[in-house]
Amino acid sequence: MSDDEEEIILRDLNDEELVAQMQDDLYDGLRDEVFEGVEILLERKWDPNAILSDALVEGMRIVGIDFRDGILFVPEVLQCASAMKGGMGLLRPLLAASEHAASTGKYVIGTVKGDIHDIGKNLVGMMLEGAGFEVIDLGINNPVENYLEAIDKHKPDILGMSALLTTTMPYMGVVIEELDKRGILKELPVMVGGAPLNQEFADAINAHTYGRDAAMSAELAKTIIGRNR
Amino acid sequence: MTRTIISSATKEVVMGFDQPFVMIGERINPTGRPKFSAELKAGDYWRVKEDALAQVAAGAQVLDVNAGVPLADEPKILAEIVELVQSLTDVPLCIDSSIIAALEAGLKVYKGKALVNSTTAEEEVLEQVLPLVAKYGAAVVAISNDETGISEDPDERFEVAKRIVEHAADYGIKPEDVVVDPLVMPIGAVTTAGQDVFRLIRRLRDELKVNTTCGASNVSFGLPNRQAINNAFLPMLATAGMTSAILNVTHEGQVAAVKAADVLNGVDPHCANWIKTYRQPPAEGEGRGGRRGSRRRG
Repeated sequence: MSDDEEEIILRDLNDEELVAQMQDDLYDGLRDEVFEGVEILLERKWDPNAILSDALVEGMRIVGIDFRDGILFVPEVLQCASAMKGGMGLLRPLLAASEHAASTGKYVIGTVKGDIHDIGKNLVGMMLEGAGFEVIDLGINNPVENYLEAIDKHKPDILGMSALLTTTMPYMGVVIEELDKRGILKELPVMVGGAPLNQEFADAINAHTYGRDAAMSAELAKTIIGRNR
Repeated sequence: MTRTIISSATKEVVMGFDQPFVMIGERINPTGRPKFSAELKAGDYWRVKEDALAQVAAGAQVLDVNAGVPLADEPKILAEIVELVQSLTDVPLCIDSSIIAALEAGLKVYKGKALVNSTTAEEEVLEQVLPLVAKYGAAVVAISNDETGISEDPDERFEVAKRIVEHAADYGIKPEDVVVDPLVMPIGAVTTAGQDVFRLIRRLRDELKVNTTCGASNVSFGLPNRQAINNAFLPMLATAGMTSAILNVTHEGQVAAVKAADVLNGVDPHCANWIKTYRQPPAEGEGRGGRRGSRRRG
């Protein structure tokens, strides 16, 4: 950033300018600025749902596009996600209290049993949060019981599983089978992803959707929700 | 001095602190290569041949062989391509699978002393991989993570590596046949990933006295111009004490970066390897046009 750039006073902006600026700040990964923007909009009596969708989710949508197209890179997207989280910290309690849920949907995500890789899964989680999903992250090394418990407790709209090893990916099939046995699979779309996977494998284990990468997975998740509503 | 020796029927490769950095070619691996996956599954191995020859020509001293195709008969494919690669080249192989039956199938047909890739410190994995390594007299890559995941703390990862080395000894596997992979994290996600791994390598070398390897290109995940990062990283790893890496030798500048590091770290005496590789003989002239192979005296 050059020194001669004019400093922007967020409070001096009208609503429309401020929202546009927040999207830019989100894109630039400026956590404090995004946080301040959310504060100002709340002071101006904006509905938390509107702040989430107009400023944060829309900002992250643009981040997602440029990430997909190879213009933004992982460290930058991690900063964007951190900026989004900053704003969400303010919004979350208000959203929880508000009448209509603003979240795009609930998404339970976790790496399967025997597998301890989480960078890819974390990226997907961030892109989902960016797309307005409420993400419940189960972490790594999850046996089927963890997924069942989380589904029972959180009633997600989508379940996502990740695996980075050819030895652990069949476990996704084990989880899906168990969901089927319990009659949950009819209601719950299951997404799978991870480096060794492909569409063929996803089909073979009866997964609903295969997500090739983080940006794509968030897009596909939105499509699933759109279809189910 | 710790020396890890792996071999084919006719050729030995030595890893050691006073040895040139060993480059293990990573290309024979279908992960993220859908066409290659489909071909392997269909028993069409032309790309294996091509990758094997190209990597050896580019300077790989060892080839990693992985047949991790989802829903395929991995043990069968791995055994077949191990045999195929051994019929084409004389470099030792690194037999790479997370499926025990596949490791065993590969080891069964392998001629020489293989490097098995890999075990972790997870009980279940250790108990299955180490007996195989012992049975076939192989060496093994030991990845420094356990059931709880990959620790962010390099000192904890050191302890995990130490545990594997001790466990290997219980199976009669010598410490020099355990090559520790300290796990390189993406620098784009973890700013200290480089520093952490350098510190860990130094400890592994000075205290545990083991050879080390890693998937070096992981460091540049998610960044533009990955090759430049990788090319800078490899000499830094070598200087910290790493003795081998699994890498893409066909990438521009990668082999040169490693060989230059050998020169600068003093493990290429008289710069002989370097000169042999990069000397440009004159088209014509009165000289001999460079030294030929060395003739043993005495």
